[in-house]
Amino acid sequence: MRITWRPAAAGPFVAAGLATLLLVVSLAAGRDDEGFLNGRQLRLMAPAAPGGGWDQTAREMQAALRDEAGRTEVYNVAGAGGTIGLSQFVRFERDPTQLMVMGLVMVGAIESNDSPVALDRTTPLARLLTDYEVIVVPADSPVRSMDDLVTLMKDDVGKVSWAGGSAGGIEQILAGLVTDAIGANPADVNYVAHSGGGEALSTLLSGRATVGVSGVSELVGQIRAGTIRPIAVSSPQRLPTLPDVPTLKEQKVDVELANWRGVVAPSGIGAEEERELEDLLMRMTRTEAWQETLQRRGWLDASLAGPQFDRYLIDERRTVTDVLKKMGLA
Amino acid sequence: MGDLLSGFADALTPENLLWAFIGVTIGTAVGVLPGIGPALTVALLLPVTFRLEPAAALIMFAGIYYGGMYGGSTTSILLNTPGESASVATALEGNKMARAGRGAAALATAALGSFVAGTIGTIALSVAAPVVADLAVNFGPPEYVALMAVAFVTVSALLGPSLLKGAASLVIGATIGLVGIDTQTGQARLAFGLPSLFDGIDVVIVVVALFALGETFAHLVAGTGDSRVTPLRGQPMLSREDFRRSWPAWLRGTALGFPIGSLPAGGADVPTFLSYSLEKRLSKHREQFGRGAIEGVAGPEAANNAAAAGVLVPLLTIGLPTSATAAVILTAFQSYGLQPGPQLFSESGDLVWALIASLYIGNVLLLVLNLPLARAWVRLLTIPAYGIYAGVLVFACLGAFAAGGTIADLLVLTVLGLIGLLMREAGVPVAPAVVGLILAPLAEQQLRRALALSEGDWSVLVSSPLTVVLWVVVALALIAPPVLARRRRRVSRTREETSSTH
Repeated sequence: MRITWRPAAAGPFVAAGLATLLLVVSLAAGRDDEGFLNGRQLRLMAPAAPGGGWDQTAREMQAALRDEAGRTEVYNVAGAGGTIGLSQFVRFERDPTQLMVMGLVMVGAIESNDSPVALDRTTPLARLLTDYEVIVVPADSPVRSMDDLVTLMKDDVGKVSWAGGSAGGIEQILAGLVTDAIGANPADVNYVAHSGGGEALSTLLSGRATVGVSGVSELVGQIRAGTIRPIAVSSPQRLPTLPDVPTLKEQKVDVELANWRGVVAPSGIGAEEERELEDLLMRMTRTEAWQETLQRRGWLDASLAGPQFDRYLIDERRTVTDVLKKMGLA
Repeated sequence: MGDLLSGFADALTPENLLWAFIGVTIGTAVGVLPGIGPALTVALLLPVTFRLEPAAALIMFAGIYYGGMYGGSTTSILLNTPGESASVATALEGNKMARAGRGAAALATAALGSFVAGTIGTIALSVAAPVVADLAVNFGPPEYVALMAVAFVTVSALLGPSLLKGAASLVIGATIGLVGIDTQTGQARLAFGLPSLFDGIDVVIVVVALFALGETFAHLVAGTGDSRVTPLRGQPMLSREDFRRSWPAWLRGTALGFPIGSLPAGGADVPTFLSYSLEKRLSKHREQFGRGAIEGVAGPEAANNAAAAGVLVPLLTIGLPTSATAAVILTAFQSYGLQPGPQLFSESGDLVWALIASLYIGNVLLLVLNLPLARAWVRLLTIPAYGIYAGVLVFACLGAFAAGGTIADLLVLTVLGLIGLLMREAGVPVAPAVVGLILAPLAEQQLRRALALSEGDWSVLVSSPLTVVLWVVVALALIAPPVLARRRRRVSRTREETSSTH
């Protein structure tokens, strides 16, 4: 075979090679740090595509962990509410350097996708933060409070259309919980799913949906600008970011729902390793960098580790499974 | 205007110019590689840039974003291997031109068209963003259904010479698009119980498989691995004639790309298909379509880049990311404490204007970088096919793996590549499959959303003036061509008759 070297022809390959090199270097150029992991690098899976909530959480953790555990590698395994990532993650049995971000959405997706792998094949470490949901209406909507909405729903549940994120996700769960709480049948909820909060927002702004549901941090800008009007938040107390918006409970709808996110390790890791990892995460939540992150993103600190988190996970799973069953989704 | 000037002042510091240059260079490089798009690049670079000044980081990301749009055309034209769906329309005529020794002209019209469209798009972004955003939010599900209908009836030009084979390809694409969990019900469709298929098949993987792998396999089957293309025949750059045919196509492409790109569910691929169809309809050289018509490169490339500017409209004004890259840029905004939305311009105006100014600068830098490079890129064709396609194969696999991160993605890539080979052997064009893959799921989801919102009442589809207008366009697009064709035939017949009587 004869290959002649032509500088001009090699140009693209040199460019391609350089770019690849740059990407690899930007990933691998970490520093070795001795910690309880004996200098081993933590690998953190974000079980979703770049840009989403889990990805943001993972990348913020990467920044906040820099001083605590050195360089951490973040990688994405996208798909199906995180269950694809989960099914890969359970293969890392007994490896304490592998961590995965997860949250309520994954708990729901496991049920609604009938995932063969569940969270009981992981070691829950800690809950880190929550983002609450807000129920909004277009600025010119006749609906002014939860009371108005409840009246509409009691009249005919199907007439009230809810625009929100993916089917079986937190927004649909909230719609189901609210319907259940006012004594209507959750199976009748007219829920219109979208691939994300932004798309749902555009349907709401076009004036064709009755209400929209989305994470507070996603809608704060719109609410402040007055294009949409919040009528309730799903938190136990009013939120610092939206102090004028009453909670669902204040408006006599007994529902509370947090879109929490946490971290799990593979199953089979030692009790000592589990404690060390939990300590590391708790130390991270106390760093200035992390607190600043929460502030900037509008997330709320919800650190909870150890057996309390294990119990919390079991409770959440029960609530979610229950409402999804009632809605005919699980 | 003063805002924009101070934005230029911020962006034109030597340091920021350097970041813009790094950005466009990386962007062009990743745009050239099939499957490794700007979204992934920005996501990977995001943690690295935390130490940078916000303005510098955003300027670099803008460079990567526009650069990626530029780079995508290069492999489409030279190797018939588009790296993303928005470059598919460019490959149709561009690659035919490259094979006829007109690769440099195709690259030049793509680069100039991208520059023209990018510049007009950026101007439109800086003057009309709030107005366009107001119009765009009126687009609900019924309007999208009507828009998709317009797209479906007008893309017939993409179907190729045989209507039956083109339609078959469209259906194959639509079927691939159905794979995965249905958004409305959460039920998996055509996934055969395989968890890796639950999230559907990434468009990038389908495009890379059908084009790049199909092309590679076809060389393998035909035993043409040693073949090479004469890179340059005749005039190297744009001739006067080329330019005269290109510029109206650039402007029409821009006119389609920017508004559709600004729609919250518009994207950059739909306008490229529409532009290709439009150019084919309007061209005085229709017989050249399918054999390398320069309008067929100029229009879609302009549409692609104008849409890239349009995508920033909902991102900046509503905080609505409408593409993967926009979603990552949104994340970047947020990590610098910027909250895109209606108040972005009033709250962090100087940063936004610096970003917009750097889009102008990035555009100029890209032209400076790419126009001279066109001749160098064309030399790529002097490498025998086995050399080129070995490289393509490596990057296709790398890209597919990067997109999903699982071995299953590589299997899907291979299977789809074999389907691409079968289609090629049967003379079925692959481009309509990409059209079906993109339009069909979008149309289906929007139709079901519209009907869910109206509780099954079909009249929702014509419930606003905008929808009525769009359906009239659909009717015209269906009726006009046969009527016009008949009239033309009649005119030419009467002409023949008059000439024969003489």
